[in-house]
Amino acid sequence: MAEERKVLLRVENLRKYYPAHSQGLWPVKEFVKAVDDVSFDIYEGETLGLVGESGSGKSTVGRQLVALEKPDGGSILYRGTDLVKMSDRAIREIRREIQMVFQDPNSSLNPRKHIREILAEPMLHHKLVDKAGLDKALQELLDLVSLPRNTLGRYPYEFSGGQRQRLGIAKALSLQPKLLVLDEPVSALDVSIQAQILNLLRDLQKELKLTYLFIAHGLGAVHYISDRIAVMYLGKIMEVATGTELFCEPRHPYTLALKSADPLPDPARRGGLDIVLEGEVPSAVNPPSGCRFHTRCPYAEASCRTDVPPLVAVSNGDIPHLAACPVWQRQREARQ
Amino acid sequence: MQQATTAPGLDRSLAERISHETYYQTVFRRFRRHRPGFISLIFLGLMLLLIAVTPLLSPYGPNQITSAFSAMPSAEHWLGTDQVGRDMLTRLMTGSGISLFVALLATVVSTLLGVLLGLAAGYFGGWIDIIIMRVTDIVMSFPYLLLVLVAAAIFGPGMWNIVLILGFVNWPGMARLVRSNVMSLRGVNYVQGSQVAGMPTIYILFKEILPNTIAPVLIYATSVMAQTMLDEAALSFLGMGVQAPTASLGNLLNVAQSYTILETKPWMWLPPGLMTILLVVAVNFIGDALRDAFDPRNLQ
Repeated sequence: MAEERKVLLRVENLRKYYPAHSQGLWPVKEFVKAVDDVSFDIYEGETLGLVGESGSGKSTVGRQLVALEKPDGGSILYRGTDLVKMSDRAIREIRREIQMVFQDPNSSLNPRKHIREILAEPMLHHKLVDKAGLDKALQELLDLVSLPRNTLGRYPYEFSGGQRQRLGIAKALSLQPKLLVLDEPVSALDVSIQAQILNLLRDLQKELKLTYLFIAHGLGAVHYISDRIAVMYLGKIMEVATGTELFCEPRHPYTLALKSADPLPDPARRGGLDIVLEGEVPSAVNPPSGCRFHTRCPYAEASCRTDVPPLVAVSNGDIPHLAACPVWQRQREARQ
Repeated sequence: MQQATTAPGLDRSLAERISHETYYQTVFRRFRRHRPGFISLIFLGLMLLLIAVTPLLSPYGPNQITSAFSAMPSAEHWLGTDQVGRDMLTRLMTGSGISLFVALLATVVSTLLGVLLGLAAGYFGGWIDIIIMRVTDIVMSFPYLLLVLVAAAIFGPGMWNIVLILGFVNWPGMARLVRSNVMSLRGVNYVQGSQVAGMPTIYILFKEILPNTIAPVLIYATSVMAQTMLDEAALSFLGMGVQAPTASLGNLLNVAQSYTILETKPWMWLPPGLMTILLVVAVNFIGDALRDAFDPRNLQ
């Protein structure tokens, strides 16, 4: 699939600043820079993992893609058209092709409605089926997510967490989307159910030729499902690479720290470089100057404090490996 | 995990029935368990039935003058007659009907207003919210009875005017309640999911958000109705409400402004007084029962 890669969605210089009022007698208008100058591509048919700690802005990126948040700058090019510049009315048609699966399956289904209503109403609104074909379409949807056919007459509270997440996925699929934004779709579930849902998502992707943006806060599940992974820290992308490359050859100290923080089944087998971060994520209201990671980075130099490192290609593979840390690159070369 | 299973030994049809109970079936099952509320509901239903059959069964019209003036209760006039010789029982039942009707209609008006304004303020936010909430504050900051009296004086007393006046002063509480509910529901996943699905705003407001605020709205509406009944009685008692000869609980009590009647002819004011109390208490109990029945901690 690497031969012919088509960009389905291109994000350029995306920004989201939330106003934050400082306490005190003379409040200063400040901004939380939740997403600051983020750019990436999502290729057709791939899964792009988006990883970061809480507060890194990964969910905000996802919410901007489905227009739940309005970007403060930058562009979101879906098949070449800029979603940011489109009117609300025009965006509704295209928006159908970009759907979202939420983290908490308990609140993603309206408790006052049958599953039938929940699944049918959006399809009927977008005229994807008519009344006559509705039953068949609903059965197909349930089959897709392997839920029994007697599900339709029931209410959301009658299902378990895993079943609800299947229903949440079915709801997103009902609009025949091309791109699914999966906002931590398994982190609210039991570990045993997590694997089922991840496998379901994989199968669905193959069957329906879907493209995923998979948002998560740890590397574990993301590595399993993603083709490429983007790592975010304090509103900026630190590194983008294929899953294997990112794991075997991280090119950014923060990625290495994330990898080190991921529990292994057998800690004795942990080899090579490991770093453990100290302190807290700095406030996004006044993010550190220069490289945002420099306050916690064990490799930081004086220049990190002033220069914002660009996200550049660091290897010439078929799929570009991007990293925003020239300092570490230099240090590595010096060591070798 | 994928199959809905039935516990062994549990009667399958019973399990099916319980698990397929709709939300409102559950609420009604729980409502019945609240004894005062359920009794109140039966009482209210009985009263409505009696009010409905009064014109058929009573030998007298509500405004019909008979030859007995200020007569004590007797076989012909079970609750006696008033000063001009009208049958008190007939007037009591007709008056109760009018009072309930006025209170219900005024409650419907204020609930509709409050729900619509609350939905708009909570969902759209921004300047729409600011304008609606400031109007709400203004209406709420007037002394209530004075506002109603002045309005009645300006628009003239009478049943329909009272419905509109009471309806238009009682919506702010409902608007605030609905607004705060909508604001919390706006961030819930299924609402956002509908936005992502490109559903129209009308659909999101009325089919996603409103069904989930129905419970507090209904509960609040019962207390508005109880309050409205008392307000109507007060206004009519003061002569600014339902006008004679039409009977209402308030203007039946009007005669008690006279000392001699208050002291010597209790049949003229005691029944409408008691009826007012009973109806208001019944409506309040129904509200209590609804609150318990809708309580999510008790549901399911």
